[in-house]
Amino acid sequence: MQLVFAGASGRAWVLLAILLAVLCAAPWLAGDYLLTVLITILYLAYVGQAWNVMMGFAGQLSLGHAIYVGLGAYSAAVLYVDFGIPPWIGMFAAIAIAAACGALIGYLAFRFGVGGVYFAILTIAFAEFARIGFDHFGWVGGSAGFFLPVANYARNDLWNLRGNPTMFYYVMLALTAAAFALCHVLLRSRTGYYWQAIREDEEAARSLGINTFRYKLIAVVISGSMTALAGVFFAFYYNNLFPEQVFHISRSIEIILGPIIGGIGAPFGPIVGAFLLTGASELMQNVLIAIGFDVPGAKQVFYGVALLLVVIVLPGGVWPWLAVRLRLTRSER
Amino acid sequence: VPASIYFNVIISGVLTGLVYGLMALGLSVIFGVVRVVNFAHGEMMAIAMYLAIVLFNTLGVDPLVLVIPLAGVLFVLGYALQAGIINPFISRPEYSQFILLVAIAIIITNVLLIIFGPDARSVQTSYSFDSFAIGPVIVDATKVYAGVGTILIAAVLFAFFRFAPLGKAIRACADNYTGALVVGLDVKRLYALTFGIGAACVGAAGSMMVLLIDVTPALGPAYTLLAFIIVITGGLGSMPGALLGGVLIGLTEALAGLFFTPSAKSMFSFGLLVLVLLLRPQGLLARKT
Repeated sequence: MQLVFAGASGRAWVLLAILLAVLCAAPWLAGDYLLTVLITILYLAYVGQAWNVMMGFAGQLSLGHAIYVGLGAYSAAVLYVDFGIPPWIGMFAAIAIAAACGALIGYLAFRFGVGGVYFAILTIAFAEFARIGFDHFGWVGGSAGFFLPVANYARNDLWNLRGNPTMFYYVMLALTAAAFALCHVLLRSRTGYYWQAIREDEEAARSLGINTFRYKLIAVVISGSMTALAGVFFAFYYNNLFPEQVFHISRSIEIILGPIIGGIGAPFGPIVGAFLLTGASELMQNVLIAIGFDVPGAKQVFYGVALLLVVIVLPGGVWPWLAVRLRLTRSER
Repeated sequence: VPASIYFNVIISGVLTGLVYGLMALGLSVIFGVVRVVNFAHGEMMAIAMYLAIVLFNTLGVDPLVLVIPLAGVLFVLGYALQAGIINPFISRPEYSQFILLVAIAIIITNVLLIIFGPDARSVQTSYSFDSFAIGPVIVDATKVYAGVGTILIAAVLFAFFRFAPLGKAIRACADNYTGALVVGLDVKRLYALTFGIGAACVGAAGSMMVLLIDVTPALGPAYTLLAFIIVITGGLGSMPGALLGGVLIGLTEALAGLFFTPSAKSMFSFGLLVLVLLLRPQGLLARKT
């Protein structure tokens, strides 16, 4: 699985360059609807990439990543609305808070030897704890929500992240590209190799002298910090925050689906997964409207069935399979 | 506040907790043997609850009478699910199993949404407002019936796993997978049976749960999480632990609702879960593995 990218040839880079060029040109080619869909795709590709650092690289299953989205979103939004601090500065606070939260969860879990399924459920517990906590946190609106001022902006104000979808699109594209590059580098760094050793066999890694506690903690902190940035984007793009939405377990699941369907461990996985899932979801929506079967829930049923089929037929995800078909790697192993 | 209020709340919490415990028992049995975390647990209970409501509204069958038939229906569903879909996933990584069960959960929730719509539904039985008075303490009759029902079902289940040859065979699979294969047990079929038994617990719990709470198609995740909290508190894979965990969580919720606000009650349950995970990760009643 990890060889998929290591064996990447010149072809991979050419394809990547073409993809990037198409994405850069997209606002001129695509209409408003398609642009909104692309923003969703890039957002999911980005958070999927962030989650992949923990699971795909270091083998730590987090099912509560919504907590980092929520903490990032709330800290940047509160700093902007209540203190007038622009998001480009507020994001450092968002990262710091999410990193601290990740460090706390990681410290408690790894110090007490909580692993596997138990660790996954601990992450859900923290996210749910935060959700209900924010529901009762009156200063940031509680369950009634927290809102950013919305106005018709004549021009794009990049400094305050106020503007039209095209601006948000490029911000998200830049974030996604940066995350991809970061993961590509991380995976080849000393830390990255330690992570992969821990993922494959933690006991063996420890016996080789790797400080597994420390490197697992680093993975959680990096992953949480990256996810917090997505939260900042989320707050300024949607302009409203409800604990029931940002911290909800369904948001954590949404983050996880992309990289798992795309293929865990390779930086291309989350991107492929995000395109497939969001694309399929939008396509189903349109088909269901076209055939007049647009009842609430119908789209999700087909989505669930598609998910079921992919996970049954392609256990390693779509990317390893696709990489072979595109002749980027020789085998799926 | 008179002292009897506390007794009322405590007893009501314990009885509700027993039903929670029965639901969680299903999760615990499935995890203990099949080693798969059933992320569609709450959704399966929603199926049982809707079946109970439909049968009550159309045929007028009391949900308490439906406990056994619905356990049977859910058994068949669970058996089919394990035999048809989950068995090949036994040796796959946890995240792969997770996505599989999440997909099943998504399908269940939204099929229920299509059939029944988003509105909350409930049943009104003839004994909905009955209560027993023991001195100053007043207990809902519904909760007493549900609590007693849970204890009976749990007793049958304990006896099955302790004495029945089939129950012993299932425990053998849980203790030693390879060993069970070597002595010629049909492990795949026993896994399907186990998943069926776990689902039957959910069916029984669901038909009693309609007496206690309203049902909506979106109820699944909250009760899946509740089941996690309970089994981890009690000890994942421990059957008495699931019941004890259920009672503890029922109590915690009831007391949190009394002293703070009912909407914050699950925060205390999650707090309890975090504490247990950190201080005694194997759960209150389980051996350290």
